[in-house]
Amino acid sequence: MSLLSLRQMKTDIGQYSVLHDVTFDVPEGGVFVLLGRNGAGKTTTLRSIMGLWQPSPGSVLFRGEDITALHTAQIARKGIAYVPENMGIFGTLTVDENLVLATANGRFDPARLKRIHALFPALEKFRDKQAWSLSGGQKQMLSVARAIIEPRDLILIDEPTKGLAPSIVAAMGEAFREISADTTILLVEQNYNFARSLGRDMAVIDDGRVAHTGSMESFAADKALQDRLLSLSV
Amino acid sequence: MTNQTGTRTTTGTLIVKGTVALIAALLLFAPFLFQDVRSLEVAARICIFIVLVASFDLLIGYTGIVSFAHTMFFGFGAYGAAILLKQMGPGWTPVLLGAVAGVAVSIVFAVAIGLLSLRVKAIFFAMITLAAASVVLVLASQLSHLTGGEDGITYKAPDLFKPATKLLTDADGKVLKVFGVRMNGKLAAYYFVFASCLVLFLVMLRFTVSPVGTVLKAIRENEARAEAIGYRVVAYRTFVFCLSAAIASLAGTVYAVWLKYTGPDTALSFAIMIDILLMVVIGGMGTMWGAVIGAVLLTLAQYYLRDLMGAASAALEGVPILPELTAPDRWLFWLGIIFILLVYFFPKGIAGTAMEKGARS
Amino acid sequence: MRRLTTTLETTLGRFGGVNLLPVAVALVAFVLIGAPSSWLTLTVAGLAMGMMLFLMASGLSLVFGLMDVLNFGHSAFVSFGAFVSATVLAGMGAWLTADSWVLNSLALAASYLAAICFGLVAGWFFETVIIKPVYRDHLRQILITIGAMIVAEQAILAFWGGTPFSVARPHFLEGSWIIGDVSIEIYRAFAFTLGAAVFVMLFFVLNRTRIGLLIRAGVEDREMVEALGFRVDRLFIGVFMLGSALAALGGAMWAGYETLITPHMGAELMIVVFIVVIIGGLGSIEGTLLGAIMVGLMSNYIGFLAPKLALASNMILMVAILLWRPNGLRPAVK
Repeated sequence: MSLLSLRQMKTDIGQYSVLHDVTFDVPEGGVFVLLGRNGAGKTTTLRSIMGLWQPSPGSVLFRGEDITALHTAQIARKGIAYVPENMGIFGTLTVDENLVLATANGRFDPARLKRIHALFPALEKFRDKQAWSLSGGQKQMLSVARAIIEPRDLILIDEPTKGLAPSIVAAMGEAFREISADTTILLVEQNYNFARSLGRDMAVIDDGRVAHTGSMESFAADKALQDRLLSLSV
Repeated sequence: MTNQTGTRTTTGTLIVKGTVALIAALLLFAPFLFQDVRSLEVAARICIFIVLVASFDLLIGYTGIVSFAHTMFFGFGAYGAAILLKQMGPGWTPVLLGAVAGVAVSIVFAVAIGLLSLRVKAIFFAMITLAAASVVLVLASQLSHLTGGEDGITYKAPDLFKPATKLLTDADGKVLKVFGVRMNGKLAAYYFVFASCLVLFLVMLRFTVSPVGTVLKAIRENEARAEAIGYRVVAYRTFVFCLSAAIASLAGTVYAVWLKYTGPDTALSFAIMIDILLMVVIGGMGTMWGAVIGAVLLTLAQYYLRDLMGAASAALEGVPILPELTAPDRWLFWLGIIFILLVYFFPKGIAGTAMEKGARS
Repeated sequence: MRRLTTTLETTLGRFGGVNLLPVAVALVAFVLIGAPSSWLTLTVAGLAMGMMLFLMASGLSLVFGLMDVLNFGHSAFVSFGAFVSATVLAGMGAWLTADSWVLNSLALAASYLAAICFGLVAGWFFETVIIKPVYRDHLRQILITIGAMIVAEQAILAFWGGTPFSVARPHFLEGSWIIGDVSIEIYRAFAFTLGAAVFVMLFFVLNRTRIGLLIRAGVEDREMVEALGFRVDRLFIGVFMLGSALAALGGAMWAGYETLITPHMGAELMIVVFIVVIIGGLGSIEGTLLGAIMVGLMSNYIGFLAPKLALASNMILMVAILLWRPNGLRPAVK
């Protein structure tokens, strides 16, 4: 059984239909990459999974359980974390306050905190700084760290490399590889090379529909398919 | 995108427009149909409030922003004419000058408020207009040498509108009666009010179908999209705010000429603002026709519902608290409740809801 | 020149930045007023007024910050708080006039408690019945809360009548302390102390507790707090009830300050409360406190220096601050 299944999801925002028919399965383990052109509906897909927008009709199954109609907070409690495109950092809170907010009972699990600090040393160094004063890369690290401060089954990450320097992108890739050892990641990414280096399975969304699903390996080998679905400029 | 009311002709639309036409006809012949002083007073007030509420509807219905400064603009026009009529004596020059001054001051205020608050957050606009209006209200009652303070100003209207003026005379040189109505200055004053209001209303109606009106509807439907297409939302909103302020100011001038008295209670008070808000929401926002229906219903209620409530209160004598709640002065209590229920269940108001009826879905 | 202003700003920032504004205002007023004793009296009056305004405004500001809900009916809690507490005080007349400050303060405490309880219950009712159906729809929100304000004001008129209601004060809060040639009204000192205590409590809750952390985070980004697994809507009811209770308490204290209250007091105070919230910046209680103190001080100083200007002074203050900082002095979100 797959970890997450989307079934014929259709999402309207206001009077505009953004998703028409999104159906794919995310297997447990590793990184699942969601590709697509700008405005194809990738972010909307993640938000619909998270319950921030209601798909209708269509359904979201998590471990076989229908979570479509649940409140966002309940979905989060099922073990799904969300790293939005704008990172969702609380700027007036300190780095540690941002992290402690994401814990279930207001206390850090020392082992997990240690692991996070090992992954992102900057978060230890600046733990008492207000988050708005962090650099873009550090904010992104904080956002990812917040998603793994508690054990989760699935993390939705929206374009984490956008606007980051190459060295930070590389560090981020390392971190994702390590996280994906015990947590499934659903990654939306524009940076094809980054996505390719991490992804095991993948899907392409085009104009609100799933245009292709398969393994990253076979997609990377099929140049014609890439050109048709992504018209990549990289 | 097919949910715009008014673009298609529904049975409901016909009924609404028919009602408005009937109201227009009744107002046109009001002096002949209802031959007592109080009725003519009510008819003139209805004319003025139709314009005032419609100009408010331009703002709230066509841009979705709420202003609490509408009576302030109404007051600028009224006080402009009143102060000049008092200082310069009766005549058309003070009326014209007062109208121009009122409009000018209104536009200056509207631009200042718009630029200050529409830029930041639409919700600031409501708060800032409320603050501005309250300060102007206080100023009007403080600057008593100019505004007459709480007592207001009494003055004379242009000679044409004096009750003693004879428009038509019979063979004996007395005022001619047509269908039992004296052809005197009072009649002229009423038709001055009626004609001015009709013109102002038609101007606004024309505006809503102009290209600018179309842009406003686009902004109302989807602000982000309109902005993306390249419309400068703030500029359009400020423009509409100015237009609605100018028309409210003109309505104020006309009312000042009709009443021959201007004071905080008739031209500036927060109670008038509440009336306008109730009228536009009950009638139906964003239709113009709703303004007419709302103004008529509420003005009639104001004048005649109190009598009814007085009777109810007397009948409930002895029951705890109910007599107090049905006392004629508590009519706002019930209107408030009706208002809340309407906003919940019929946010489109009477006209908006009616115009959807009979539509093909 | 540019560098000079930057240096100036950093130096200013080190000493508290915008927090210094009330101090600056007080210093300027000291020079203009000339007489230290009058200045001190006015300053105490301004601080007391500021603290009461803070109580009335803090809930409004937090409620807006957390859920983007602007409650035009907030003033109803202020008026009801005033009338409820005044009624309780009138009912406990025997304790209030007794020659025992214990009984006096018990009566006062009971009246405040009644106002607070009323605020909590009315806040809960208001949130669930009036506001919840129109979340995220600003236009209808403004209209409905205005409607609620009308109904509330009319209800007060029906219950308590239109004539001004006189408020009894406990004996030990009457009169003034005379220190040299300075006279300080005891009630003002009391109002300031109580308001400051509430601020400290609020500050502690917001900055040192988990609930406070959630509220501050929710003010910045509600969706993200939900995505972390918390029901902001439930948190919001709590904040709304608390805000209403504080407004009622502020109204109760104001009633004792004015000693004569009318059903329109809420609507009149509402304008000042809005100005406080706009000046301070929506969503932060520090900003609200700053705005409240500024308005309180300015009203008293200008009222003394140029009485004719007093009524417009708040408006002028607001326009000046908005031109300088369009989002207010200390908005919650950077």
